[in-house]
Amino acid sequence: MSEFTHHQTAHCENGVTVSLLQHHGVDFITEPLAFGMGSGLFYIHIPFMTVNNGPAISFRTMPGAIFKRTCKALDVKVERKKFKDPKEATRFLDEKISQGIQVGCQVGVFHLPYFPKEYRFHFNAHNLIVYGKEGDRYLVSDPVMEVTTSLSTEELERVRFAKGALAPKGHIYYPVQVGEITQEQIRRGIAKGIKRNCRDMLKIPGSIAGVKGIVYTSKKIRGWREKLGPRQAGLHLGQIVRMQEEIGTGGGGFRFLYAAFLEEAAVIMQNDQLASISETMTKAGDLWRDSALQMSGIYKGRLTEQKDFDACADLLVEISAVEKEAFKELAKIKF
Amino acid sequence: MKKSEVPQDKSALENFTREVCYVKNEDGQYDTELSTGWEAKKVALDEAWKEIERRTAEAREQIKKGEASPILYFMEEKLMDFTVLSGYTGIWKFRIKRHLKPNAFKKLSDNVLKRYADAFEISINELKNFKA
Repeated sequence: MSEFTHHQTAHCENGVTVSLLQHHGVDFITEPLAFGMGSGLFYIHIPFMTVNNGPAISFRTMPGAIFKRTCKALDVKVERKKFKDPKEATRFLDEKISQGIQVGCQVGVFHLPYFPKEYRFHFNAHNLIVYGKEGDRYLVSDPVMEVTTSLSTEELERVRFAKGALAPKGHIYYPVQVGEITQEQIRRGIAKGIKRNCRDMLKIPGSIAGVKGIVYTSKKIRGWREKLGPRQAGLHLGQIVRMQEEIGTGGGGFRFLYAAFLEEAAVIMQNDQLASISETMTKAGDLWRDSALQMSGIYKGRLTEQKDFDACADLLVEISAVEKEAFKELAKIKF
Repeated sequence: MKKSEVPQDKSALENFTREVCYVKNEDGQYDTELSTGWEAKKVALDEAWKEIERRTAEAREQIKKGEASPILYFMEEKLMDFTVLSGYTGIWKFRIKRHLKPNAFKKLSDNVLKRYADAFEISINELKNFKA
């Protein structure tokens, strides 16, 4: 079980899930399937909280949830561990590697040497796979990279013990037992993943999460120019675009990835309705791309007036309606 | 998004990686395509870095005027907030806030200074004798 195949994916957690499961013989798993079974799509705008001095917005579910849910749906037993002492964490990793076990590690990107400086923020929910060791270098498969890379003991220890929000604390995880997976199990996993995603997008009380959260952001955007001034308001919009489009999203704030999942699900579930809802999700993704273009006009300084901010907000209201329609349709399907 | 419409703009991804985009191929089926970057988000990242530089310059000014200690400058330069700095130093946030004042900073022991210096990946000397 030592041969390892690197898979490049849009998102790191999907990638680790896909690579580790495929390695254990789950050959049907794809990134869209893992994302959909794990109910990966989301929207939340957390008020009164800032990330890098901008709005705290996420287009996907909590870190770790996709791996956890997908493995659970497929009855895959997972071992996970966190550590206080970095040396202990390294000892444990070495032990697993020497047993030929490939493991997922949660890391911070600020000190990740192969990331370009421009991308090195204090973001601690990145995931990679350590699949071996050569001399004193760990062989690393980072799902956002086209090829594999390596890290020294010190470098790996440092990123596994990054500090700040969501500090990884040496978090290490790997499947320990993978049984025979039936077609029925896959179908149930898909159905459950969709139901849970409908709940997350439609049913969370309050105004900040799911399709309502998108409207919440639109209201904020209308007030930003007046409240923050054009420059700061532009930076806030830039932050939205980055959360939505930066490496890891597959484009359009994960909406295209979810549409790809629905397309795959339509075949597996033999349900044409899923294919047509996939088209609606694609439309949502395209609208998110349009809104990113409109927002970029503002932070480039080309668009400066209130009506330009309103145009962004109007697009978000439209997106919210499109996604609401998609998830309402999904919620109606009886699997 | 159609496969043929995937932007291939120059960006910070150069010499690092190309990113996976989920797109529709000619047959209207989902597929993936690699992208070198998209100008709309490249500018967002550039602007975010300009803002970091602006904040770092502002911290320099405050230190010159005697309104802040060097800790503020290095916090901005290393993109740290109080949670991150507190994590790396093991010093409570409210104490860090105090240490941002020049007078409190001057009284710090070498032991505490070393914890800050390590977090910022500089020497105690660089921290102590920082010239804004």
